Amino acid sequence: MRLELHKVKVRDVQWGEKTCVKDGVLYVNKQAAINCVKEEERFAKVDLELARPGESTRIIPIKDAIEPRVKLTGKGGYYPGFSAPMGRCGDGKTFVLDGAAVLTCGPIVAFQEGFVDMSGPGAVYTPFSATQNIIMVVEPIKDLDPHQYELILREGGLKLAVWLAEQCKDAPADVVEVFEKGTVPEESAKYPQLPKVIYVCMNITQGLLHDTYVYAADIRPSLPTLLHPNEVLDGAMVSGNCVSACDKNTTWHHVHNPIVAALYARHGKELNFLGVIPTQESTVMDGKLRASQMNLSIARELGAEGVIVSEEGYGNPDTDLCLNARNFENAGIKSVVVSDEAAGTDGASQSLADATPEMTAFISTGNVNEMLEVPAMDKVIGWPETIAHLSGGAAESLREDGSMFVEMQAIIASTAEIGFNRVGCEWI
Amino acid sequence: MKRVVHYINQFYAGIGGEDKADQTPLFKAELVGPGVGLAKELEGKAEIVGTVICGDGYYGEHTDEARAACLKMIQDAKPDLLVAGPAFNAGRYGFACGDIAATTAAELGIPTVTAMYHENPGVELYSKKTYIVPCADSARGMGKALKGIAALAGKLLSGEKLGPARLEGYIHRGIRKNFIHEKSGAERAVEMLLKKLRGEEFRTEYEMPKFNKIPPAAPVKDLKHATIALVSSGGVVPLGNPDHIRVSSAESFGKYDISALDDMTAQNYESVHGGYDRVWANEDPDVVVPLDVMRQLEKEGVYGKLHPIFYTTTGTGTAVAFAEKFGKEIGEELKNAGVDAAILTST
Repeated sequence: MRLELHKVKVRDVQWGEKTCVKDGVLYVNKQAAINCVKEEERFAKVDLELARPGESTRIIPIKDAIEPRVKLTGKGGYYPGFSAPMGRCGDGKTFVLDGAAVLTCGPIVAFQEGFVDMSGPGAVYTPFSATQNIIMVVEPIKDLDPHQYELILREGGLKLAVWLAEQCKDAPADVVEVFEKGTVPEESAKYPQLPKVIYVCMNITQGLLHDTYVYAADIRPSLPTLLHPNEVLDGAMVSGNCVSACDKNTTWHHVHNPIVAALYARHGKELNFLGVIPTQESTVMDGKLRASQMNLSIARELGAEGVIVSEEGYGNPDTDLCLNARNFENAGIKSVVVSDEAAGTDGASQSLADATPEMTAFISTGNVNEMLEVPAMDKVIGWPETIAHLSGGAAESLREDGSMFVEMQAIIASTAEIGFNRVGCEWI
Repeated sequence: MKRVVHYINQFYAGIGGEDKADQTPLFKAELVGPGVGLAKELEGKAEIVGTVICGDGYYGEHTDEARAACLKMIQDAKPDLLVAGPAFNAGRYGFACGDIAATTAAELGIPTVTAMYHENPGVELYSKKTYIVPCADSARGMGKALKGIAALAGKLLSGEKLGPARLEGYIHRGIRKNFIHEKSGAERAVEMLLKKLRGEEFRTEYEMPKFNKIPPAAPVKDLKHATIALVSSGGVVPLGNPDHIRVSSAESFGKYDISALDDMTAQNYESVHGGYDRVWANEDPDVVVPLDVMRQLEKEGVYGKLHPIFYTTTGTGTAVAFAEKFGKEIGEELKNAGVDAAILTST
């Protein structure tokens, strides 16, 4: 499989007559972009806002982030099953508005959306303070069922992102990144001496607004499967969950999965990267046992010697993390897990809800409970008072002057457990 | 120049060994014993303005008096920082160093540093209350211990933010804190896996905690006469959440009188839980807290009676320390109220 990411570097975003990208500036025709989302009749109101790095702007509550992309080859569109015809992704050419992001924002769906500050101390912890953001601010029609609301927010964001890329796709790429790798038998024949490594990407699959999609299929009721890394980097996975903001893998994160990228970079040199297993985090014990067993089965069938397991969410899924580590280690497959910690606001509590002695190699992506002081911003996009109902927020979080005292977990992707950020816990 | 006071025992002060362990506190406005070496290490950063000396036996047997007297001497010398020891693996000296360092930090609000061998009982007693530099088990490690103390003291006196314990050279205080690493979590994970595959040494970023496994209570012998309580982490609270229990990372639980209630409905109770979709729980909170069914079984005489108080919190992102605290407190209240069994519902 050969994937070419044709990236146009976006350094600024502005409203314009015509939606296009020129000299690093993404121009957006506001009305045309709104019209693209407004087709959905279950939105009562659709507006767009822009936010750029360094601005004194807070966006709250954000549900998902999506990078504007579109296929240049094949059937076009992006995110097969959502904004592209069903079919395999990961091959051919993809156009990317690199550095731009669509953020979906609307009245709270559930308790687990988050905020982004474009500057100040909170900005350090999220990648979306460094992207040129097009924010889709919507309101649903009255009494819309939360599940339908989640669906139209998710699909609206994907649609807008693909539409933006579609308008710009004739622009010449600043850089073309190539990801090329054969099948498992081909690569194993090429690199017989290199250790075979597989990546198990755990996903929130608890139903009830906690879902992840692979090729538009809700993977909660399905079994773990195997993806070529190119498929992950090219839109096979879509976030549909309202888990705590800090450690949800947004749709933007899936196509930027840094564990996939880091393993790919060493493929054929230090290791043989077998592929990615998107797997479940079930709410019932049998589901946990089944998924962790199937992860091991796939890994063994492929001859894996090492595995990286990343968690999504905290608490209940800690048990899935433990089962995965235990199964792999007991089968002689060396494992490293990546997870955040819930060590309490004072950092003094035990960090996990479950533990197992086989989990000997742990990468920490930070304490979700650590408190952070964020100053008032000149501009707030969205509904600032919702902090009272977000995980990591409380009734007293938002002060009269607009400043907030909140847990890290209220910031989108601040402790991303696919290891996107550099933050991590240490003992003091 | 920053001012440092040094605390040592009678042995290192050259007064004597076990026979002089009952030495009462005394102050000398000069360098004594290991203070000479310490002063060299601190050169340019701070000066030692005095030494407080106390016998280990006296400190151990007359702790309150010794502590008060030493603290007074330290306070009078107006230090910016206190160094105690090093105590190596001497148990009583470790206790004295830890105690005076912890007391000084708490009472005078200045940083304090000591040094001990990791097995010194003083470590367990005081590592959360002062900075303890790890050192050898005997005075053979004096040079290195003084260097470690001086480096940490210098950093503390400079007012710079401290990094992780392992890099600053002290025994950690059991607190997890966020730091920015050089590399992303993903890069660190791949590097750790490669080391593990090659059989090389690697450092896990979180050692597995030891879990307290709580054995379940014995089965109820006489259900017909048993009092049963409802306890839930499903976030179900009286409408409006009167006690402001947090939607996640709860630091409190609520208790509510349900003696007059046969049914939880959308009109009287709701769920504020931040970890699941509450649509159906809000339509009928009984799906999380089965009050309706319990009342029915109570009427049928399946069990004795339902406890009039219902306990509730939100169990998502809740620190284990708080979960343990809630469990202990609720358990004790139930026990005191003569409750025989509890039904715990989670979500």
